Amino acid sequence: MPDNPALSKSNQRALIGAGIAAAGATAAFLLSRRTGSSGAPVEDISDAPDHVWRRGTEHYDADLVGNTVTIGKPPQELYDEWADFTRFPRFMENVESVEKLDAKHSRWTIKAPAGTSVELVTRITEDNAGKSIAWESEPESEITTEGRVEFIEAPPGRGTYVRLIQRYDPPGGIAGKGIAKLFQREPKIQARRDLKRFKSLMENGEIATNASPSGRKSESPTEPRI
Amino acid sequence: MRALTWHGRHDVRVDTVPDPEIVNPRDAILRITSTAICGSDLHLYDGYIPTLRAGDVLGHEFMGEVVDVGPKSNLQKGQRVVVPFTVSCGDCFFCKKQQYSACDNSNPAETMDASRLLMGHPMGAAFGYAHLTGGYAGGQAEYVRVPYSDVGPIVVPDHLEDDQVLFLSDILPTGWMGAENADIEEGDTVAVWGCGPVGLFAIQSARIMGAHRVIAIDHYPRRLELAKQMGAEILDYREVDVREALDEMTGGIGPDACIDCVGLESHGLTVDNIVDTVKAHAMLATERPHALRQMIMACRKGGRISIPGVYGGFADKFPLGQMMEKGLTIKQGQTHVQKYTQMLLGLIEQGQVDTTFLISHHAPLEQAAEMYRHWHDEQDTYTKIVLKTEAAKQSAPKEEKQHELA
Repeated sequence: MPDNPALSKSNQRALIGAGIAAAGATAAFLLSRRTGSSGAPVEDISDAPDHVWRRGTEHYDADLVGNTVTIGKPPQELYDEWADFTRFPRFMENVESVEKLDAKHSRWTIKAPAGTSVELVTRITEDNAGKSIAWESEPESEITTEGRVEFIEAPPGRGTYVRLIQRYDPPGGIAGKGIAKLFQREPKIQARRDLKRFKSLMENGEIATNASPSGRKSESPTEPRI
Repeated sequence: MRALTWHGRHDVRVDTVPDPEIVNPRDAILRITSTAICGSDLHLYDGYIPTLRAGDVLGHEFMGEVVDVGPKSNLQKGQRVVVPFTVSCGDCFFCKKQQYSACDNSNPAETMDASRLLMGHPMGAAFGYAHLTGGYAGGQAEYVRVPYSDVGPIVVPDHLEDDQVLFLSDILPTGWMGAENADIEEGDTVAVWGCGPVGLFAIQSARIMGAHRVIAIDHYPRRLELAKQMGAEILDYREVDVREALDEMTGGIGPDACIDCVGLESHGLTVDNIVDTVKAHAMLATERPHALRQMIMACRKGGRISIPGVYGGFADKFPLGQMMEKGLTIKQGQTHVQKYTQMLLGLIEQGQVDTTFLISHHAPLEQAAEMYRHWHDEQDTYTKIVLKTEAAKQSAPKEEKQHELA
């Protein structure tokens, strides 16, 4: 069963298709990349979203991640919050700052290991008010990334399914784990945590933290701990 | 401040740690007056619960006085409150369904992955109970930070003593929900395994809900005596064959509902339990569910099993076929404390629920480590321990009544 009648498999593909048309060929990552033993693409019959792992693919595709979370607020309200990229640092752990350059462009500073940071400029490639936003990095960026967030009406009374799909291309040919290293964490886990903070912020007006005292000297009672 | 911290299996200490601070707008800080040691703290003490870290402050049954509030708290300084052990946001899908212990926001992003991996979905958070459930510092301390203070804490009237209301934090609602999950009907015989504090409250609750008979099972004479005091018939499993006794006491059909107030560290001298104990110590299994196995065999066909007892992972040799073939209904879960506190406070005020009969010992917080040892080693005499802080002396006008400190 599709998780939303409005987003049946074919509709979803059409939606992604529209996004791709807007974004250009570089957004091809959003299409299924599965191939059979002959190397030919495999069509499957499951109604699961495209980013869900399929048999016959690598178990974990480090550079393409998708996560969905339910938030008990209407799509428009969540869209409005997300549309202002400068608010990302509040709930995205690795995003240090986002500066708006013009209506479509933003400069992101992302934390990297050893106190360093990387910069990228993104361009909004798709903007459907109350429904979805997509972005991609501009060529001068230190890393290549694309992202898309969808706000899908959940079943009655349940709010919104917020689905975040992202891809990162590591700089200088560092593959898979290199990206995890760059972000200190697997991108999938990172994305799940970022979405969770967004949910907490939108539902509770604050982000859950376990900051509290412990007998460990290295910790502060005002800092979250793992 | 002074706080009871965990350092390893059977190693807890009262240490000096930093004071908590307001971090989020809905927070409050309490100066704790009374805090109890729970049966489930023994699972931590015995090292059965993963993701506890050396230095963690334990304790999830506590109450005290509000001393600081964030801008979005609805509490006022000076109010006396009891705090549910479940940390619940009040806004998410689960909290709105009153499934507070399943709160989807309270377990922070940084700690949710462990329980997501272990359970399939991240668990709701609890105070002082390992990082699986959020890693929040507990309340066996002088002060505690209470998140979502506009949702959880219940303000208690001044004419009720700490001891009368403290157990609204966990064991009273846990015993109550344990009985509620048994879906008690007129004429029912309800069997309760385990006469620790939760079992004793489950017995009392089952009686209030109209159980015709309650049969309590344990092996500690003092605990069985308390069960009898609550109106239960009692079985010492070291004296009698429990299943035969239950069948014979119920005309051959078995109890209509069975409540597991034992959890993952079941005692007992049967072969299955000895094998479980060895496996658990060898990390091959996490549970010793002997009582639950016996319960499934003993329960009448089409009967109900309620599990307030804590389990943490995988069980071995579980009678799944018996559950299915007998058509048993099983209800379980961590307590949705916030759902019950107001109603139970009413029952306490009306004198319908006795909450103090099970307290055997009071001790100062400074003696907490020693009290854990007694609680672990002398379960017959230590039926419930309440720790008092220095603040309790200031807030209580009269001298605290001290029970014997043997």
